[in-house]
Amino acid sequence: MSTTLPDIHSHGGHDEHGEHNPYHQHHFATMEQQFDTSKLGMWLFLVTEILLFGGLFVGFGLMQHRYPQQFIEAHEHLKQDIFGRPFPLYGTINTLVLLISSWTMVMGVNAAQTDQKKKTVRYLVLTILLACVFLGIKYVEYSHKFHDGLLPGIFYAHQSEDLIKGTHGYATFFAFYFMMTGLHGIHVLVGIGLLSWLVMRARRGDFSSAYYTPVDLVGLYWHIVDMIWIYLFPLYYLIS
Amino acid sequence: MERAVTSGARIGDRPRPKKNYLNETRGFKSWALTVDHKRIGIMYLVGTLCAFLLGGIFALLVRLTLLTPAHKIFGLQVTAETYNRFFTLHGAVMVFLFIIPSIPGSLTNFVLPLMLGAKDVAFPRLNLASFYLWIVGAVMAVSSMIIGAVDTGWTFYTPYSTTTSGTVTLMTAAVFVLGFSSIFTGLNFIATVHKLRAPGMGWFDMPLFVWGMYSTALIQVLATPVLGITLVLLMLERVFQIGIFDSRIGGDPVLFQHFFWFYSHPAVYIMILPGMAIISELIPTFSRKTIFGYRAIAYASVSLALVSFIVWGHHMFVAGQSQLATVVFSALTFLVAIPSGVKVFNWLCTMYQGNISLETPMLYAISFLMLFAIGGLTGIFLGTLSTDVHLTDTYFVVAHFHYVMMGSTVTAFIGGLYYWWPKMTGRMYSEKWGQVSAVIWFIGFNATFLPQFILGSRGMPRRYYNYLDQFQPLHVFSTVGSWIIGLSLFMSAAVLLASLRKPADAPDNPWGGTTLEWQTSSPPITHNFEDQPVLENEPYDYRPKAVTH
Repeated sequence: MSTTLPDIHSHGGHDEHGEHNPYHQHHFATMEQQFDTSKLGMWLFLVTEILLFGGLFVGFGLMQHRYPQQFIEAHEHLKQDIFGRPFPLYGTINTLVLLISSWTMVMGVNAAQTDQKKKTVRYLVLTILLACVFLGIKYVEYSHKFHDGLLPGIFYAHQSEDLIKGTHGYATFFAFYFMMTGLHGIHVLVGIGLLSWLVMRARRGDFSSAYYTPVDLVGLYWHIVDMIWIYLFPLYYLIS
Repeated sequence: MERAVTSGARIGDRPRPKKNYLNETRGFKSWALTVDHKRIGIMYLVGTLCAFLLGGIFALLVRLTLLTPAHKIFGLQVTAETYNRFFTLHGAVMVFLFIIPSIPGSLTNFVLPLMLGAKDVAFPRLNLASFYLWIVGAVMAVSSMIIGAVDTGWTFYTPYSTTTSGTVTLMTAAVFVLGFSSIFTGLNFIATVHKLRAPGMGWFDMPLFVWGMYSTALIQVLATPVLGITLVLLMLERVFQIGIFDSRIGGDPVLFQHFFWFYSHPAVYIMILPGMAIISELIPTFSRKTIFGYRAIAYASVSLALVSFIVWGHHMFVAGQSQLATVVFSALTFLVAIPSGVKVFNWLCTMYQGNISLETPMLYAISFLMLFAIGGLTGIFLGTLSTDVHLTDTYFVVAHFHYVMMGSTVTAFIGGLYYWWPKMTGRMYSEKWGQVSAVIWFIGFNATFLPQFILGSRGMPRRYYNYLDQFQPLHVFSTVGSWIIGLSLFMSAAVLLASLRKPADAPDNPWGGTTLEWQTSSPPITHNFEDQPVLENEPYDYRPKAVTH
């Protein structure tokens, strides 16, 4: 959002104590108003994110209704780990990784609010590392699917007795699987970019108890990304 | 001229400030990188008007093609394929590049912060980003026309859109980008209205224009993401054949229609609510009378926004949805008539016993009332199952939505442009020629679209290239009407542009308006107001005690 740099037309804002805050934009009366406005903007943006994924969830539900048998078979297949046991190992680990990253994010926001620069940087870096672990595991999981030919639409090339190519439903299931987890993965990637930007600014000493808006907003974004995964995980790996 | 004031701020005939938002900084960069909502509004205005011109040219070509059953334009044969492209590009350009972004991006961007007594919108750089996304979307959309062609109609219905060879993927990608532009604009306005109102301005002290645009912004934020994901699915269906919309590979074409109209019906209200918002300003100002039923109009705006989300099925009465669904959607559709009626009657009551002056913006406002009444009432024919089955996909539908989209929204847009032009540019235009343009507009519009109601009810299907000989007289009538519309728009452009050639002469408040934008200079200074305005009176206060001479 647009709260990160002083406005080019800025007269230089002053808060109630008459102190100059370089991040105060000229069109806000107080820093508090600026913070509240930014936060409202972020929440609205998150609503649009949920609606974006919402369309895919609805589409998935309707196609599942259309091809119940095929979708259940595909579910069963997705659930297996590399040894063929019915336990979604990758998905479970990734869920834990993201949950822990939400916690490190909260700690990072808290550290920024309480003027603890080193701690802020440390927790933000931890969050980035966890996000990378998530994507790493996703990469392994995707590679496995690619190898098995469990791909969307025209690329579907699975060669075994179950999930036979040519039957409507399987390719659609995996199309939704890749679209939804892929779109989520893109959001994780964007999150890594935002977090890296925060680390850079935190090291520069931009954030303090008087100004921590970007950390707070990226935190909100990160929690939404985690929350979407919390819905994706049971939808794909647990339902049978 | 009378001037009415609502707050204690002095307006009188104070000297015009030397520096304003137009001349404070100069050069291309000062515009390209501006975060000033007024400059972004001007850039949006120029951009969307160019799109209007482009869409208008395609409209004239559509009408010219249909002038005779031989389909010749100046001796050149127009093939059916070319005709399909004409109406697709007309629809797509008008809907996605003009009507949806025009009033929010241009007029609202300019006046909404002024009306709230704010220095800018909540997120100025997001505002600029929205404009650049519009540019990117516009370039992509125009490229898709130049590289190849799109012949699906602006609705991109499957299965045709997943099988036709045109550049549909690029066009849908363009609409996806434009959707984000629209979301950013809406998000910005919601945050601005919530957080940047002047001290003392409560929710029910806001001008009704702001209420209308707030409702519009709600729809922009809540409906557009669904269109975004629908278009992504459509693109993936075309490229990867994922099997969701195309029945040959296991998809459901009607599902596309559900997804599409879940956005695009609310989108229709993204188009009409801004028009209503403008009319709510024009009517009291030129009737010199407090708006009648302020709260009723405010609530009607928000309820239109809410109802817009639950009526999408009325676009699919004959598309194979269940009988129960059609009955429910038909009943829900009638709900739309209630807030619409509330608004129209309140506007009429505002005019009743008012001191009406027929300046150019008011002529457009009165045209709006008549055209919207026709557009709205014919909507009831289409919401009624028994008549809709007969009228679906005929020219009756074409005429109906043009009466609403064009006869109402575009009329209000032009009226609003005349109304705020002195504020935006600091110049008065030729009142006489403005009035003439309004009269010609009204005549031309009805000449074009009234015959289409008759055509439709006699069975002329929309989007058809061929027609029976018996329909030709009405088609000729309609085509001649389109030339009259062109003449009126050409006149408006000339009237407004001519005003730019003379030095700034507009007073701060040429119409005696009571909202805050009239209390700053024309054109406004970069920071909008010399001092933070403080609101003391209710909106639309035209009581005599507040009038100074």
